[in-house]
Formats: sequence, structure tokens, C-alpha cells
Amino acid sequence: MIGAGKIKQYSNILEKPLSKGKQEVSLSAFAFLFSELVQYNQTQVDNISELERRLEDAGYAVGARVLELLCHRDKGNRRETRLLGILSFVHSTVWKVLFGKVADSLEKGTEHEDEYMISEKDLLVNKFISVPKDMGTFNCGAFVAGIVRGVLDGAEFPAVVTAHFVPMEGLQRARTTILIKFAEEVLRREARLG
Amino acid sequence: MTSTACFIIVSRNDIPIYEAEVGSAAKREDAAQLHQFILHAALDIVQDLAWTTSAMFLKAIDRFNDLVVSVYVTAGHILYIYRTDLHMS
Repeated sequence: MIGAGKIKQYSNILEKPLSKGKQEVSLSAFAFLFSELVQYNQTQVDNISELERRLEDAGYAVGARVLELLCHRDKGNRRETRLLGILSFVHSTVWKVLFGKVADSLEKGTEHEDEYMISEKDLLVNKFISVPKDMGTFNCGAFVAGIVRGVLDGAEFPAVVTAHFVPMEGLQRARTTILIKFAEEVLRREARLG
Repeated sequence: MTSTACFIIVSRNDIPIYEAEVGSAAKREDAAQLHQFILHAALDIVQDLAWTTSAMFLKAIDRFNDLVVSVYVTAGHILYIYRTDLHMS
């Protein structure tokens, strides 16, 4: 067949199954790296929305790569073509690989058809971060919002993804919610696919 | 073998990233553009077909004379398009 000679030559690398890799990274190492990332970006920008945008862009790159990797590693080469499919993929598989557990909840917005929310009581990236009062509603979960946006964009479900603090009674720290608002074309395609 | 195959990797936004021709064949000049035309025509078909199935390998989605186009779609919608002669399917 075509390329038979080449396959033999690289049989060590291409025929090796995709390794699971090191499953765990030290939390303190990650927290340190993330805090340096935030501080570095803080020196480069003048306002909060710009800072959030930079964190999101950093997360976007992660999301795009995580999508491809997890599809081959964990899902046995099956793509997601439906909205609920990709949402539950993000909510369970992506969260489990990145944060070691599935997200706390996935909800559908009530006011608008195209809004969905993933909530987390204690987002890993926010664990060691405190936001000063003068930064208002800034949320470092923008990094995670960027990851989700990267995954959705890669799978051709364009969306606007943002992170918000939602104060809850009975909890010391506010809950973090990732709000996903899908573009018009996604809903049209979903309706078309039935 | 006297048959050839043409292989192109196309990114999510229809930008070709890689192109290769495998096999041996005599004439190259006019056939070169033909490969590109066929594969570009297949792009439209793939984009519609990609939403109907969650499988990744789509076999023989398009035919042109005696040339068959198959495509492998990844999760990030990167297309590996592969065109062969019919008797090699």
C-alpha cells in the first residue's frame, strides 16, 4: 500500500498508543504560575476589561488544544455534533482532566434560549486569589472562561463566555459561574439538525 | 504502482496547512491544479456532512470521474482530505 515503507520506519513513534501522561501537577506550582501570569498581565494593561481579555486569550489557547487531545484520549475518536453533547463534554470530561473533578452544575438559562451556566463552588484558579475592592467585579475565572471558549470555538460552536461571582447565602466565598452565550448560528444549526 | 494519491490538511477556517502527493505518476503539470480543484470542491460537502455524524473518518464522500475523495475530521474540525484513484479504495 502507499507509504508502507515509511510506516515501518517510524513504527516506534506512530504505533505507540497515546500515553495518559502525568495525571497530576502540584497545586502550589500551578498557583504560583497562575499568580505570575496575572501579575505579568496586570503590568501590561491599564484597565480591568483588558486584563480579563488577556486572561481569556491565554485560556483560549489551552482550550483549543485540550479539545483535540481529549477527543483522542478519552472519547475514543468520536466528535461532538450536538449542543448538549459538547456542553456535557466540557462539564464532565474537560473539568475532570483539568481540575480533577466534574463541574458542580450545568444549568440552562431561563431568560434566553442561548444561555447556559456552569457553576463551581470553589474554582481552582480562584483558590489562592483575593480581588481588592477597587477592582470591582474582576474575576480570574476569566482564564477558565477562555478555556471553555477555546473548546467551544474549536468544535465550531462559537459563543461568548464570561465568568461571574454569584454570592450565595451559607457559603463563605461567592460561587463562580461561567456564563456561556451561544451565537445565533449555533441555535439555527441545532434547530436544523432536529 | 501507477496510481497516485493527494493528501491535504485543511484548518478550521479553510486554510490549507499541508499538502503532499504520494505514489508515482507520469504527467504532473495539468494534474497538479486538478487535485486542488477537486479537494476544494469536496470542502463544501465535508462541512455539511460533518454535522450529520459523530464519526471521525468519512469514507468516499465525493467522486470526480475516477477519483475518490475521503476525509478524516478531527474534534477541532481540522480536515485531513485524501484523494485516491478508484481502484485503490
